[in-house]
Amino acid sequence: MSDTVALTTKKDWTSDQEVRWCPGCGDYGILTAVQMLMPEFGVAPENVVFVSGIGCSSRFPYYMNTYGVHSIHGRAPAVATGIAVARPDLDVWVITGDGDGLSIGGNHLIHALRRNVNLTILMFNNQIYGLTKGQYSPTSEQGKVTKSTPYGSLDQPFSPLSVALGAEASFVARTHDLDRKHMMAIFKAAHDHRGASFVEIFQNCNVFNDGAFEDITARDNRASMLIDLQHGQPVRFGADSERGVVMGTDGQLRIVNVADVGVDALLVHDMHRQDPSLAFALARLARDVHSPTPVGIFRAVDRGEYASDVSAQLLAASASKGPGDLATLLRSNGTWQVG
Amino acid sequence: MTDIEARPTPWHLDDLVIRFAGDSGDGMQLTGDRFTSASALFGNDLSTFPEFPAEIRAPAGTLAGVSSFQVRIASHEISTPGDAPTVLVAMNPAALKADLHHLVPGGIVIVNTDTFDERNLTKAGYAANPLLDGSLDHFRLVEVPMSSLTADAVAPLGVKPRDADRSKNFFALGLISWCYSRPVEGTITWIEQRFAKTPLVVASNRAAFTAGYNFGETTELFDHAYTVPAAKLPDGEYTNITGNTALAWGLVAAGQCARLPVFLGSYPITPASDILHELAKHKNFGIRTFQAEDEIAAIGSALGAAFAGHLGVTTTSGPGVALKGETISLAVSLELPLLIIDVQRGGPSTGLPTKTEAADLLMALYGRHGEAPLPVVAAYSPPHCFDAVIEAARIALKYRTPVIVLSDGYLANGAHPWKLPDVSTLPDISVPFATELNHMRADGEMEFWPYLRDPDTLARPWAIPGTPGLMHRVGGIEKEDGSGNISYTPENHERMVHLRADKIAGIAKDIPLVEVVGDADADLLVLGWGSTWGAIKAAVDTVRARGKRVAWAHVVHLSPFPANLGDVLRRYPKIIVPEMNMGQLCKVVRGEFLVPATPITKVQGMPFTAAELVIAIEHALAKELS
Repeated sequence: MSDTVALTTKKDWTSDQEVRWCPGCGDYGILTAVQMLMPEFGVAPENVVFVSGIGCSSRFPYYMNTYGVHSIHGRAPAVATGIAVARPDLDVWVITGDGDGLSIGGNHLIHALRRNVNLTILMFNNQIYGLTKGQYSPTSEQGKVTKSTPYGSLDQPFSPLSVALGAEASFVARTHDLDRKHMMAIFKAAHDHRGASFVEIFQNCNVFNDGAFEDITARDNRASMLIDLQHGQPVRFGADSERGVVMGTDGQLRIVNVADVGVDALLVHDMHRQDPSLAFALARLARDVHSPTPVGIFRAVDRGEYASDVSAQLLAASASKGPGDLATLLRSNGTWQVG
Repeated sequence: MTDIEARPTPWHLDDLVIRFAGDSGDGMQLTGDRFTSASALFGNDLSTFPEFPAEIRAPAGTLAGVSSFQVRIASHEISTPGDAPTVLVAMNPAALKADLHHLVPGGIVIVNTDTFDERNLTKAGYAANPLLDGSLDHFRLVEVPMSSLTADAVAPLGVKPRDADRSKNFFALGLISWCYSRPVEGTITWIEQRFAKTPLVVASNRAAFTAGYNFGETTELFDHAYTVPAAKLPDGEYTNITGNTALAWGLVAAGQCARLPVFLGSYPITPASDILHELAKHKNFGIRTFQAEDEIAAIGSALGAAFAGHLGVTTTSGPGVALKGETISLAVSLELPLLIIDVQRGGPSTGLPTKTEAADLLMALYGRHGEAPLPVVAAYSPPHCFDAVIEAARIALKYRTPVIVLSDGYLANGAHPWKLPDVSTLPDISVPFATELNHMRADGEMEFWPYLRDPDTLARPWAIPGTPGLMHRVGGIEKEDGSGNISYTPENHERMVHLRADKIAGIAKDIPLVEVVGDADADLLVLGWGSTWGAIKAAVDTVRARGKRVAWAHVVHLSPFPANLGDVLRRYPKIIVPEMNMGQLCKVVRGEFLVPATPITKVQGMPFTAAELVIAIEHALAKELS
């Protein structure tokens, strides 16, 4: 383990491998944001591990000059949990996608979140299977016409944030691949959170699902379509912050004109609220990616982190029973002497 | 209670097999276990065979609900729990019906007569009461109203009648303890400790146990007590151990021998869960046990821990190995040390979860996608589970490979005395982590190649996170020989497939040769693996005692095979392979060595009896050579 950390630059975090995503893929912007952010943490590259499953996004670890495991489809949270529990000193990231994390690996994702293992989980959501060349994914909108659904998909899509909140995630956020500054701010907060942090990134697949998020993330649309959540601030958006979110007497969140209700009527965002129901309501405010959609940190609450709790149990056991002695263990069920 | 010394000298027996049988809720496993412990501390050699249904509480009084515990104690060395009991303790009609057929002719049947009412007889499927209709005339029937005697014994303590019945297994234990002159103090102490939280239960069980013991002594049901003198085992300190406990302790030891923390990722599954339970107790050894969300996460987390520098382990049974297959292949590709412990049970599918079988051998050897060879080590007795797991860890660490350890339900739950090893003599199986750059580029700069192999072992360097300068990425995609960079070129893939195969094949140089036991120059070789060891040993001894010549080889390393196995097999015109499957090892050795091996199979969820193998051996000896 290195105790002193030299200052690093983006170059120190970039591996010598050729990046092989399609030209124009949204993944490039995310990779750049992460590589630019890493020097800010003051951590040495040898103490960082990126773990991924299978899919376009899961090639990510090969491009980071850190330790990395490109594992099996859907299993990255399980492998990462083993690394983090074995070595709480490491900084462990999970890179996954909507198919990898919510379809084949859904079980591992929800359990890593409920246990609150100290992982920073970045889910690249492009609402499509890219690596297998264009089938619908668990986040694709109903009716999606793809190679595997020529008559339109029948499945109700998942909202990744609803899943994460339902799985008791202690940190839940959303950003998109076209805003590096926003991505870096969210990734930083996610990394600094102690426990499992889950970040959904709207990511454009320009080959199989081009423009999926354009209605809300295109530069000209952002002001009117992205609701940037700020802790302690009224939830409002628009070029002149002229629109906002209120909670009706029925408990439903609604988008209103601030002028109609007054600033005091607006919902004030509290990401530290223990009860997840408001975060859940915000996560479900937009039912598709064509209407005003909240981004930012939905929830960031403190609770016990799994790997350090595991270590604490080991220390407590050693303190109360003394360090294990093998010869004593082998005699613990009673012995008898012959001869 | 009378002191054992004060009564007439009991008659000596050299060998005794008792089968305790009752309803699932009657506490037969506990009773058998306690009798075993008393006999172990008394110095007998012993072997146990618990049998219980998969249901936690099948309907009371039915055949499906019968739970049995067979224990054999002897004044000499033994290797099996006995083919047939000489004493059957039947707590109800269903137990009698289910287990009577095991009993030797003329054996002793001790029944709890209180349960032989019309309702229980009907449930067990008896048209007439077997205690009255003469059907037990060929046995020595001992009728004891255990339920009512227990109720009388505990009534003064204020135990409710309903609860009183729960102590009747201790009455039975007390009775049998008198019959076979077992020391009682240990059992009394054990009752006091085990039920310490509920003093009334302590009092009740103690009273029942004492009443059973005194009943044996004061009634004339038994003309004489017996004893089985201590066995003349090699000098040393002994404990009584089951296969699952031996696997768990072997993992603790392997961690110490490797000087690595142990990480167990596991998901509950019969009959392997006890390994997780046992290891979870020993956190003061620095052992991390992680009960994962499923079998796949269990091995995934263990593989992650291995990447991070721990001794990664996952424990399961056959269905779990099937689920873990994809990750085992990843471990083959990542070339990281990992232990996969398969406590086999009857299959396919859920099959016979609480019964034994050894039908996962071909899955262990070949059950993965792609060319994914790995070492396989099989334990042959409960104590050997300890050594097998240390040996598997040695191979995994030295060659950076997943290793499958095969045990089975028979070894897992069966107990046998184990001469404790001197822990200071356990092998050092530690390996160094990589710390240095290992390859010079064309421009003279040094760099780290994660797949640059040791020329002797073909193992790649194990560089763990936290090591400065050695940052590298590993993954399931084919990698270039040496650099480890992604490579899809045809020549490289073929080279890597061969390298991975050669690495595993080369381990044959580093494992013991297979030994031939018995008459090395016999015409017939018995080839065994796994838990058939005990029955084969007993059968070979019996056949040789009858003056016939037979050789026996028992294989621990099933992949790669010992270097001399082919030579050994080719020396014998006749080879039989007893297996608790449809002939899996037989198929492999026929394919590998082109020898005329014949399978001897049994797939009843039960181990071979020695008698079955005596017949098989004698039949093979009598057969004309073709």
